[in-house]
Amino acid sequence: MKNMRATEEVALGIRRRVFEHTIRNNGGYLSQACSAAEQLAWLYNEELNIGEPTLPMIPAPFVGVPSAGNTAYHTGAGYNGPADPQYDRLFIAPAHYALAAYATLIEVGRMAPEGLQMFNKDGSSVEMIGAEHSPGMEVHNGTLGIGLSTGAGLAMGRRRKGESGRVWVFMSDGEVQEGQTWEAIQAAAFHGIDTLNAICDVNAQQCDGAMASVMEVRSIRAKFEAFGAVVAEIDGHDLTEMRDAARLPHPGQPLIILARTCPYQGMGYLKKRFPRLHYVRFKSDDDRAATNAAVSAELRVPPVAYTH
Amino acid sequence: MVEMVTRPYARAFEAYALANPEVLCLSADLTSSCEVDGFRDRHPDRFLSLGMAEQNMMSFAGGLGLAGFRPFLHTFGVFLYRRPYDQLVASVAYPRRKVRLMGFLPGVTTPGGMTHQAIEDISVMRSIPNMTILETGDATEVESICAAADSIDGPVYCRVLRGSVPRLFDTPIEVGKMRELALGSDVLVITAGITTEEALRARGALAKAGVSIRHLHLNTIKPFNDQALLDHLAAVRYGVVTLENHVTEGGIGSLVAEIMADHGVGKKLIRLGLKDTYAHGGSRPYLMHYYGLDAFALVAGIERLTGARFGITEADLDAVRIDAVHSAAKAEAL
Repeated sequence: MKNMRATEEVALGIRRRVFEHTIRNNGGYLSQACSAAEQLAWLYNEELNIGEPTLPMIPAPFVGVPSAGNTAYHTGAGYNGPADPQYDRLFIAPAHYALAAYATLIEVGRMAPEGLQMFNKDGSSVEMIGAEHSPGMEVHNGTLGIGLSTGAGLAMGRRRKGESGRVWVFMSDGEVQEGQTWEAIQAAAFHGIDTLNAICDVNAQQCDGAMASVMEVRSIRAKFEAFGAVVAEIDGHDLTEMRDAARLPHPGQPLIILARTCPYQGMGYLKKRFPRLHYVRFKSDDDRAATNAAVSAELRVPPVAYTH
Repeated sequence: MVEMVTRPYARAFEAYALANPEVLCLSADLTSSCEVDGFRDRHPDRFLSLGMAEQNMMSFAGGLGLAGFRPFLHTFGVFLYRRPYDQLVASVAYPRRKVRLMGFLPGVTTPGGMTHQAIEDISVMRSIPNMTILETGDATEVESICAAADSIDGPVYCRVLRGSVPRLFDTPIEVGKMRELALGSDVLVITAGITTEEALRARGALAKAGVSIRHLHLNTIKPFNDQALLDHLAAVRYGVVTLENHVTEGGIGSLVAEIMADHGVGKKLIRLGLKDTYAHGGSRPYLMHYYGLDAFALVAGIERLTGARFGITEADLDAVRIDAVHSAAKAEAL
């Protein structure tokens, strides 16, 4: 089901869906779609070797958390296809990108559009912060910084079993403030885990605002290299650079693609909010209406009709 | 004098791991301290050094579990829950990964002081959904801890004894089954880990004083068989004394209190252990005496419970077994 549509089209579709959702719900994780649309579209539409989805197009309701007695429990990994040895696995390390990730599943035909209507609704598995049981998720990553370690462990285990599939981790730059990120890279390099790959959305934003104002992290590239990764640094909205980066040889080392992005890419109207874009909330009805009019024009869609 | 077994974990882990190919040995720079140095040297392909980075080790182990392996994590107990607590919950406990957390130096079994003494680990682990907790009290339990832990369908935290360990029992751990060490009718004594040996030291003197003790040793702390405990509670006249190498909040004393309250058991309970305090660095006998975790403290607790005075002195208790802080059986003085 790859390449049915151009990756650029998938990326535009992600922005449109997340925008529509944000207007309709009077707020949302909108800038994550702006910065990460190309990365998520590229992963699902081109780079990942994954099979057909194994879970229903319309996600089933929440069936409870894992427990000894919950035989109905399953993760949301089935939206990325089966966990067969040859297939790649994907973790969305910053689970706050869930809205953009769900929109991606819809755009690549792995989830029905109805799935997004269940977003953050009580009793739904399509949770606001992607949970292990949410569509496209396989592990809990809502606590930032744990995704790369889990990916390294999975990649190590798969290598020991002789599986050819890779592990990809979609990361965010804010996670480099967590010490665990560096523990993970040094361990992956020490053990030569080169089936571990990550693409990191370097949008220079975090919850409190611009990263430089919250905690300066200096050169992420130099740090990743020093800890043992092979690093490619690209324009995160340039698919050609992304494709080339993924082909960079990295024998015995994990590959980290630093995708430098703009948190209002494709929605220039949001620039005036910069650097407070982690969660887009409308200050007034007028603000909501003006954003609706301006951004819908940029995305070449009719303004979103909303009732409340 | 009781038989002392040297480094029982080292042999037991090696034998178990070799018979179970999905078992991996993980260590965070405490390989010889956790008695897996020989395993590392003889089976380097089954050993993963994760360095002094427990947060990564915990999530990494979750990833290995996702790939179908059963990693045994070796470090001191404190380093399995204090620093990597978030990773423990998100990467291991929630998804019920078959990660075996082998926590060495439980409670005051180390002179390493506050930073090395896992004194609230049981409390923390009991409150984590999906977690199983096992505790070893002698060499036979240490020898059987790998099989017991690996039988759990989910994560398990084990308090493991190392170095020179007394042999008190001759049957392996049966998960979920408490050991009935005495079936008297006056006072129920409940111990786990190293406090069981203390209760055994007091046994002779208490018998001479005419107190009939019913003594249970717990090696499975979670999940717990309420009914078995209720039956024993019903069989004693005065009540129950718990003695634990742990703070009295959230450990086996709390466990017993909860079960008694849940079932309306109107008997007295004396909880002995660390009383809302940290410990400091010192030898195990010194710390057990100083903090009231030893045989003498148990006798005093039983006196409080029964209102009797037995006139037992420390000299009446069996000789305290002294471990040399520096011995060939330990990698370092910790």
